[in-house]
Amino acid sequence: MSLDQSFVGRTWPPTEPYQVGREKIREFARAVGATEPEHYDPEAARALGYADVVAPPTFPIVVTLDSSRRQIIDDPALGMDFERVLHGEQRFAYTRPVVAGDALVCVNSVETITSRAGQDFVTTRSEVTDASGDPIVTVWSKLVQRADEQ
Amino acid sequence: MSETLEPQTFRVTRADLIRYAGASGDFNPIHWSDRAAVDLGLPSVIAHGMFTMALVGRAVTAYAGAAHAVVEYSVRFARPVPVPDTDEGTEVVVTGQVRDTTPDGNTKIVLTATCNGEKVLSMAQAIIRKR
Repeated sequence: MSLDQSFVGRTWPPTEPYQVGREKIREFARAVGATEPEHYDPEAARALGYADVVAPPTFPIVVTLDSSRRQIIDDPALGMDFERVLHGEQRFAYTRPVVAGDALVCVNSVETITSRAGQDFVTTRSEVTDASGDPIVTVWSKLVQRADEQ
Repeated sequence: MSETLEPQTFRVTRADLIRYAGASGDFNPIHWSDRAAVDLGLPSVIAHGMFTMALVGRAVTAYAGAAHAVVEYSVRFARPVPVPDTDEGTEVVVTGQVRDTTPDGNTKIVLTATCNGEKVLSMAQAIIRKR
């Protein structure tokens, strides 16, 4: 099944702010095995110049994947089935790392939709800013929908 | 003449995937249900691509010396990482090569991640801010 090309170039309204908590950063750092003290200890983070504990570099996916799924991927008009979706490519371009206390707002858009060998590819872009609109990171995710074997 | 990142081996078990699912909020069943994974034509439960990317990211931040030194980080997921339901799970081996200095004085690292001798990432690279 091919996807609705009219999604290309669309941008969705800014998401409600995601409040980044210390415990969430600690939980994520523990889950990926990051051991540096600045992920866990606010004093260690401040000594390095961060406002609070700092997230590992892939942490923004927690916010962008969920919000782009709710706004874009789960929209029945697009024609994707999340249960058949694999992750094809991922890119982060950072202005600064995420720290506890950030309120992250995502502006999500669809950059491209393509098809090849029975597979559909969707590239989403999320501009992640803090509550005052200052940029933190831009996140691109290319999702792949495998052909239905039925 | 180029600097090489010391190869690092990361053991990945089903428990790691469950923990990552909870921490990241990615509960796609192909990361915890063999039935769902096989239905999709995969050999078994596979690791979240973002979990593999996070493991490689540990090597990147360790080299960069600080999280704020990472300017860009990107990967293509070339092959899935099947994780058997055993105590040993599987292993992902991460290496990297410092390749270039970009025009703005930053450093480019080209990364590889392999599982069972096969590359699971391609076009994986990080840009590190000039120190």
